[in-house]
Amino acid sequence: MSRRKVLFVTTDQQRYDTLGCNGGTLARTPVIDRLAVEGIRYERAHPQSVVCMPSRATLLTGQYPTTHGVWMNGVPLPLDAPSVAEVLRLHGYRTALIKAHFEPFLDPFLRFAENAQSRLGTRPPGGSHRGFEHLELAAHGSVGPLHYARWLAAEHPETVSGFYQALDAELSVNAQAGGDTGAPQVKVNPVARELYHTDWVAERTIAWLDSLEGDEDWFCWMSFPDPHHPWDPPQSEVARIDWRDVPLPPGFPPSVAERDQIIEGKPRHWRLWYEGSLVSNSEAPARWVPATLTTDQVREVNARNAVECELIDEALGRVLRRIEERGWGADLDVFYTSDHGEFQGDFGLLFKGPYHVDALMRLPLVWRPAPSSGPAPAVVKRPVGLLDLAPTFCAVAGVESPGWMDGAPLPTDDRDAEARGFDQVVTEWDSELLRVAVHLRTDHRDGLVCTAYDPGTVHDGTEGELYSTLEDPTQSVNRWDDRAWRSAREHLLEVLRAHRPRPHVPKLHLEAPV
Amino acid sequence: MWALVGDPDRIEEWFPGIESSHLEGTTRTITLASGQVVTETIVTRDPLQRRLQYSSDGPMCRRHLATLDVVPIDEGRSLVVFGTDAEPPASALALGGAAGAALENLARRFEEAR
Repeated sequence: MSRRKVLFVTTDQQRYDTLGCNGGTLARTPVIDRLAVEGIRYERAHPQSVVCMPSRATLLTGQYPTTHGVWMNGVPLPLDAPSVAEVLRLHGYRTALIKAHFEPFLDPFLRFAENAQSRLGTRPPGGSHRGFEHLELAAHGSVGPLHYARWLAAEHPETVSGFYQALDAELSVNAQAGGDTGAPQVKVNPVARELYHTDWVAERTIAWLDSLEGDEDWFCWMSFPDPHHPWDPPQSEVARIDWRDVPLPPGFPPSVAERDQIIEGKPRHWRLWYEGSLVSNSEAPARWVPATLTTDQVREVNARNAVECELIDEALGRVLRRIEERGWGADLDVFYTSDHGEFQGDFGLLFKGPYHVDALMRLPLVWRPAPSSGPAPAVVKRPVGLLDLAPTFCAVAGVESPGWMDGAPLPTDDRDAEARGFDQVVTEWDSELLRVAVHLRTDHRDGLVCTAYDPGTVHDGTEGELYSTLEDPTQSVNRWDDRAWRSAREHLLEVLRAHRPRPHVPKLHLEAPV
Repeated sequence: MWALVGDPDRIEEWFPGIESSHLEGTTRTITLASGQVVTETIVTRDPLQRRLQYSSDGPMCRRHLATLDVVPIDEGRSLVVFGTDAEPPASALALGGAAGAALENLARRFEEAR
C-alpha cells in the first residue's frame, strides 16, 4: 500500500498578508486559497529566525538556530547536520530539493558542497546530500554557482544582464534604484516569463516527478526564490497590478512625523538603521537610507511583490495539476509557507533585519492534508513554529519523529493545539558582522509579543519591546516601559529566560557575507 | 610545516578550492575551483622568521594582503597564523572564511600524519 506523498512548498521572504486566504487584497492567489479552504490555515506561524539560512536550517532539522548552529546568514549548515529528508529517505521515500540551499553562495573557491555539486549535475556524489537524492538549486538572480544561473548562462545568455544584480561592485547588497519610482532593488527585467526562476522551479519539479514510478513514495521540497528582493519579475507580467492603484499598507505611517514617533519608541538600532547610520547585517542594502523611502516607492514595491506572489501561485497550480495527472492527488499532503517576512513599507522600512515584529515574523502557513486521510478543514489561531514542520512530515509518513527535533507535529485544530500545549513560539536573532553585534530573543504568547535584548554594540541589555498583537496589530506602541504592562512583561521575560535549547558545540564560524 | 606553507608553489596542496598554481619569479598565478584566475605577488618569503606574504588586486577584492606565520612551539608542534586583509569588507569576510578552512585543513593533515 502506498504512503502519503509530501509536496513542501516554501517561498522566500513572504509575509502573511500577501495571500488572499489571509486577507490579502493585492495578489490573486486562488490555488493557495483553495488549499487553505480544504485544509488547515495557521494564523500565527512564526519562524525561529527572520533570515534565510538559519530559518531554512530550522525547516530541515526541526531545530532552533541555537541547536542547529546556523546563527546568522553566512554560517553554513554542517554537512552532517540532521535532516528530515534523510529520515524519510531511509524509510523508502524518494527525495528532491528544488532551489533551497544551506550554504553561502559567495564562494569563489567553490569550497561549499552545494556550490561545487551544482557543477556536476543533479545527483549528489554518494547518492544523497542532506537526505536529498536530487538537487536543482537557485538563488535570487542570474549569476552564481547554482543550477539555475548555470542553465541561464548556458542556454539563454542574452537574458542574464536583464536581471537585477543582487550584489554591487563592493559585493554588498545592491542599493541601485529602478522602476518608475527609483525604489531600491527594483529593475525592469525583459526576461521571458518561462525563463524566470519561478517557472523554472515549477518545471524542474515537474520533471523530477515525471522521473518517478507511479507507485513510489516521495518528498519534494519545492522552494521559490521570490518574493524576496530584488523585485525584478518579468516585465510582461508587471502590468497585472498598476502600482499607482496600490493602497498604502496599514503598517506604513503616511507622515514622516508619525514614522519618527513610532520608531522613537523602539530600541536604538531601529532609528540608527532608519537614518542610515547603522548596518547590523547583510539583509538590506548598506547604502540605502530607509528614511528616504517615498509613498510611491512603497506602492511600487508592493505591486511588484504581489505580481511575484501571483506567479508563484500559478506555478504551484501547474505542479498540482501534474500531480493529479499522475494519479497521486488523493494521497498528497501539501504544505505552503515561507522562511520569513518582509517589511514592505511597515514603519517606513523595506527588507529585513533584527526586528521582531509581524512584518517579519507572521508567516503564511497552510497544510492541506491528503484527501484520502479525511481531513477536517480548520483555522488554527494558536501559535506554531516552522520547527514544527519536520516532525509533521515524519507523522505524515508514519515515521516516529527523531529525538533531535525540537518541534512537535502541527496541531490540526485549536482544540488539538490547546491539548498539546501550543501556547507560545520563540524566535531568535544573533548577528556579529563587521564589528556590530545584535542579540535578541522573542516570545509570542497570549496575543503579546515580547522581545528582550542581550548586550551588543548598541544595546546594554536593558532594552526590549512589548506589543499586543490584538490591540496594536501594526506594533506601533512599545509597552516595554509602560508600568501598566509590567506584570505581563515580567511573565514573558520569565518564559524567555526558560528558553534554553541545546546549544550547538562548537560555535560555527561566519564564513561569508551571504 | 614551513616546508609546505612557506613554499608559494605548493599552495594548492593545502588550500581548499585552489586547483593549481604557477610561480614565475615573484608572480604567482592561481586558478580557483570556480575557474577564476588570480595573479598574485609574493611580497615576503622569509625562512628565518618563517613568514610568507602575498598580495593581489581583484577580481573579487582590492588590496588583498595575506600573511602566514609559522611559529614553532616545541618538537613536532607549531602555530600557524593566517592573517587576511582585504577590501571591500564583504570580500574580506569571504577570504577570511576560506583562510580559516585552509588552516583547519592544514591541522587535519598534520595531525593525521602524526
